[in-house]
Amino acid sequence: MRAVLYVLSFLGLIALGFWAYRENYATQAALKEVEALQRQIVGLREALSVQRAEWAYLNRPDRLRDLTTANFDRLGLLPMEPSQFGTAAQVVYPRAKLPEISFSTDIQGTLAEPEEGL
Amino acid sequence: MRTPLRPLARILQARQDGLNPDSIEKENLRIRHEALREKARGRAQFRLVILCASFVVAFGAIGARMGLMAATEPMEPRASAPGAEIIAQRADITDRNGRVLATNMTTHALYAHPKVMVDPKGSAEKLAEIFPELDAKALARRFTDGRSFVWVRKVLSPEQMQQVHEIGDPGLLFGPREMRLYPNGALAAHVLGGTSFGAEGVHSAEVIGVAGIEKALDARLRDPAQGGKPLALSIDLTLQSTMEEVLSAGMGMLNAKGAAAILMDARTGEILALASFPTFDPNDRPSPLVDKNAEPGDSPLFNRAVQGVYELGSTFKIFAAAQAMELGLVSPETMVDANAPMQWGKHKIKEFEGKNYGPLLSVSDVIAKSSNVGTAHIALMIGPLRQQAFLKSLGFFDPTPLELVEAPGAKPLIPKKWPEIVTITTSYGHGMSASPMHLAAAYAAIANGGVMIKPTLLKKDGPTTGVRVMSEKTAHEAVAMLRRVVTEGTASLGDVPGYEVAGKTGTADKPKKSGGYYKDKVVNTFASVFPASNPQYVLIVTLDEPQDDTLSETRRTAGWTAVPVAAEIIRRVAPLMGLRPKLEPPAMDAVTAASN
Repeated sequence: MRAVLYVLSFLGLIALGFWAYRENYATQAALKEVEALQRQIVGLREALSVQRAEWAYLNRPDRLRDLTTANFDRLGLLPMEPSQFGTAAQVVYPRAKLPEISFSTDIQGTLAEPEEGL
Repeated sequence: MRTPLRPLARILQARQDGLNPDSIEKENLRIRHEALREKARGRAQFRLVILCASFVVAFGAIGARMGLMAATEPMEPRASAPGAEIIAQRADITDRNGRVLATNMTTHALYAHPKVMVDPKGSAEKLAEIFPELDAKALARRFTDGRSFVWVRKVLSPEQMQQVHEIGDPGLLFGPREMRLYPNGALAAHVLGGTSFGAEGVHSAEVIGVAGIEKALDARLRDPAQGGKPLALSIDLTLQSTMEEVLSAGMGMLNAKGAAAILMDARTGEILALASFPTFDPNDRPSPLVDKNAEPGDSPLFNRAVQGVYELGSTFKIFAAAQAMELGLVSPETMVDANAPMQWGKHKIKEFEGKNYGPLLSVSDVIAKSSNVGTAHIALMIGPLRQQAFLKSLGFFDPTPLELVEAPGAKPLIPKKWPEIVTITTSYGHGMSASPMHLAAAYAAIANGGVMIKPTLLKKDGPTTGVRVMSEKTAHEAVAMLRRVVTEGTASLGDVPGYEVAGKTGTADKPKKSGGYYKDKVVNTFASVFPASNPQYVLIVTLDEPQDDTLSETRRTAGWTAVPVAAEIIRRVAPLMGLRPKLEPPAMDAVTAASN
């Protein structure tokens, strides 16, 4: 009886050792992955901040002002003026919707033969 | 094997010898007990040794671990998943709508280990080619004089870094650097200030604020607990840009040496735009002037809106009028003595260009026509003590509480003694100097119905509370007077149709360093609030030494310089704030107005 207990506990010890060994390596692998991910996150964050800075730089007011001046022909943008405020009365009513055109009557006739080569 | 206590052989032997056999039993019993005791002691000793050993091992392990931890480089905890809070970066600064005003960029610094350099002289020459500001000879000398570490450049662009890589010297090394970037260039430069590097190491460098809000709120911006949360300013980028555009154009047209403007929300005290010219690029902050004779105002770093302490001239007159109305001494229609020139002791108080608006003028007309003599008489009714107390309550005796590092240094210049002649001159803004920011805060109190609020550069949620310095009725009457200045007084060029501009002009001669005043150098100020029927915004425009030469004569009064600039700013800025132009309510019947 005692021998069985010894054998069993020895086997259990080996099993636990094996489990601990695997867990150890799994943990290390997970940590490595976390580290890699964190590096990636830091890299992406950096890239994001660069992009944000770039966006702010490209949208700086004096550049936009120069661009609107340069592209005045196409855009026709001018600084906002008090006269551009309208009143509700100035808004046109939506046009009355025309009834849909439908052919309720049958049209009879023959379709022209499609020309060759088309 | 157990030894018997009474071994038969020895007992029989003892009996034969006539001895007491019991002694044998006792002896054997003693031996057995001794053996037992010996065994127990051995076991206890063994246990003690084990215990000692385990203590030694345990404490040894802890000690070794501690030593190891102390000796090794610190490491981030690897197992926990960090969020945004670990980026130990200086927080961004944004405007009130979240548009970036200041952010960080990762670049590299260049340093050299001359001892491992292959070709120090050749590398020095190639470096000087890449960076024109480096001197090849000096650099070569530093590389060869036996030192083992040389900083070459604090910040590199990626292109420059590539070029340095192409030199291919193993002694040229890069360290990561966080760099402060102001993407909008010179925009709001005086608000932002600038940064520089503090403690520098190879792996990182501290970015510290050197001026403006970067320095004033340095601790907040660097606080890791804030987790890089951007700091939202009250500044609106669009308004700021528009105001700077108009102001710099106006400054150029009027040949002014400098200019400043402040746009402020009268209810909350938030500064929506703050400009000072000449300006600079905070990305490349110029060094301060070293010449001792140079005036601080000559440096582009000088913030005229906050640091510039000027005699603000007639813009002060409204305070005398408002206080007199608040004290019940006058009403807007009360006639006061305005017979110029006025003799007070040995001093003669004159009007602009020696005019005479007298003999009697209503208080409202005193403001509209900007009569010095009329204001002087009103101030004398108030008296020095009450005048001082009122100006103090409007914040004219202390530096502004603005979140700029320059603000606490800009103390208003107040006369040491306050005799009645000072009461008179102060009432029309002479002899006492304050910054345009002081004026903005005081005008905000008039505009918002009489509550003194703290000007701030930080975005606020909801209205702020402040100390009431005058009744709502007085404030409304003061605004109505300011409105008359624009409709029929000295600031007629300031009328912007639909926005009911109300304001007061101020022209002050610049004081000479040696005493006295310059004849042809003035500081022009226009302090305005709009729209008059429900004042929401305060705009202060100050021009330093402007002159208008467009017509045959040279004009230096604020009505011809600061006022048109302010009007153009309002015309451009008000629609951007979503302020609808409106038809003015018809003027109140004079009889009704006078009946209360």
